[in-house]
Amino acid sequence: MTHIKVNVDGTTYEDDVEPRLLLAHYLRDRLGLTGTPIGCDTSNCGACTVDLDGATVKSCSVLAVQADGSDVTTVQGLARDGEWTALQRAFHERHGLQCGYCTPGMIMAARDLLRENPHPTPGEVRQALEGNLCRCTGYQNIVRAVLAASGETLAQEVAEEVTA
Amino acid sequence: MIPPAFDYARPESVEEAVRALAQAGEEAKVLAGGQSLLPLLRLRLAFPELVVDVGRIPQLRGVREDGDSLVIGAMTTHHDVIRDPLVRRHAGLLAQATATVADPAVRHRGTLGGSLAHADPAGDLPAVVLALDAELVAAGPAGRRTIPAREFFLDYLQSALSPDELLVEVRVPKTDGWSFHYEKFHRVAQAWAIVGVAALVRRENGQIVEARVGLTNMGATPLRAAAAEQALTGAGDPQAVARAAEAAAEGTRPAQDVSASPEYRGHLARVLTRRAVLTATGMG
Repeated sequence: MTHIKVNVDGTTYEDDVEPRLLLAHYLRDRLGLTGTPIGCDTSNCGACTVDLDGATVKSCSVLAVQADGSDVTTVQGLARDGEWTALQRAFHERHGLQCGYCTPGMIMAARDLLRENPHPTPGEVRQALEGNLCRCTGYQNIVRAVLAASGETLAQEVAEEVTA
Repeated sequence: MIPPAFDYARPESVEEAVRALAQAGEEAKVLAGGQSLLPLLRLRLAFPELVVDVGRIPQLRGVREDGDSLVIGAMTTHHDVIRDPLVRRHAGLLAQATATVADPAVRHRGTLGGSLAHADPAGDLPAVVLALDAELVAAGPAGRRTIPAREFFLDYLQSALSPDELLVEVRVPKTDGWSFHYEKFHRVAQAWAIVGVAALVRRENGQIVEARVGLTNMGATPLRAAAAEQALTGAGDPQAVARAAEAAAEGTRPAQDVSASPEYRGHLARVLTRRAVLTATGMG
């Protein structure tokens, strides 16, 4: 067992964990933060994406012991006083989800993009989300939601998509 | 799946890491960014007794200049390599190729040294450092040694590192004045390259005077397309480049797998070499 101390969504947790415990399993099974789903065993799907010290990671590809001393933000830590962020609202308003399984990862990956590039083009949004799979194939509305959150108007984004 | 159980060490210096590796012998695995090792553990394709996490050794990160070379710490992440001003200025091929590795979240964790030590011929960066004539510096119980990229990749997933050695830095000669392009062919975003080509060319008066071509996934190790490199010398127009690129698969023994036959891989090597050189030179 290895002792770890991790801040998750603003709360500090201390635990003894097996070194083999994945961060994704720690969040879900130990802390009960099941807002972060696990979609694959190959690091491809991105459903389990969280923020680790200011950068997205696939939490199935990080050991809990590697997160010792770090700050983790999951999709459950985004809302403030029950109020969704603009990005979360945009996913709702633009129907950026169907079954919803990929949504936490999509939102975390899109958040990472918008931090670095507040006004991305549709092409840049697609590139930034290349590590996140939506098996409902609802990509059009996911891209629209991210663009809407970035302050682009729908008319502009459709025009750019047509010319892209 | 849940990985198999292992012991865990988190050294805070290179010396401490080397000691841990030397004690564990062949049963230890180095954990760099973990983007190859953790999937292997989850799929239960690897069963190390000890995992040595080198993620908390600050000396292993960062890029510095040393005369005509850049020295890149083995634990520098792909994300940081892509954005580093020195890499962009003096080793543009490495920055461009690294930006095609996997996806943003993987690039936040994955490291240059990790992907080289993993020695996967389908990985993008082994062929790139081979084309760049880079050198790899390993630390072991007896001190440090420098291994040319040409001697580093021994076989499929097998590097010249011995079990008690840690890759600590990658020395990349500056390629100021060279044109470059990494061209890869893959089925879907973030998939492994079916074939990739890393091209570097130096021109005088519009003619190629020196060319280096690294091949991804054309054998058990990354390879240099020596015959194509030779044939490219003197090429000054797209037709000459296309003729020279016909030699790109000479001497290679690419694998047969679910993505491609050896013949198809040979075809891809020729086409991608032509495209990479034309893009690099702006002739295409």
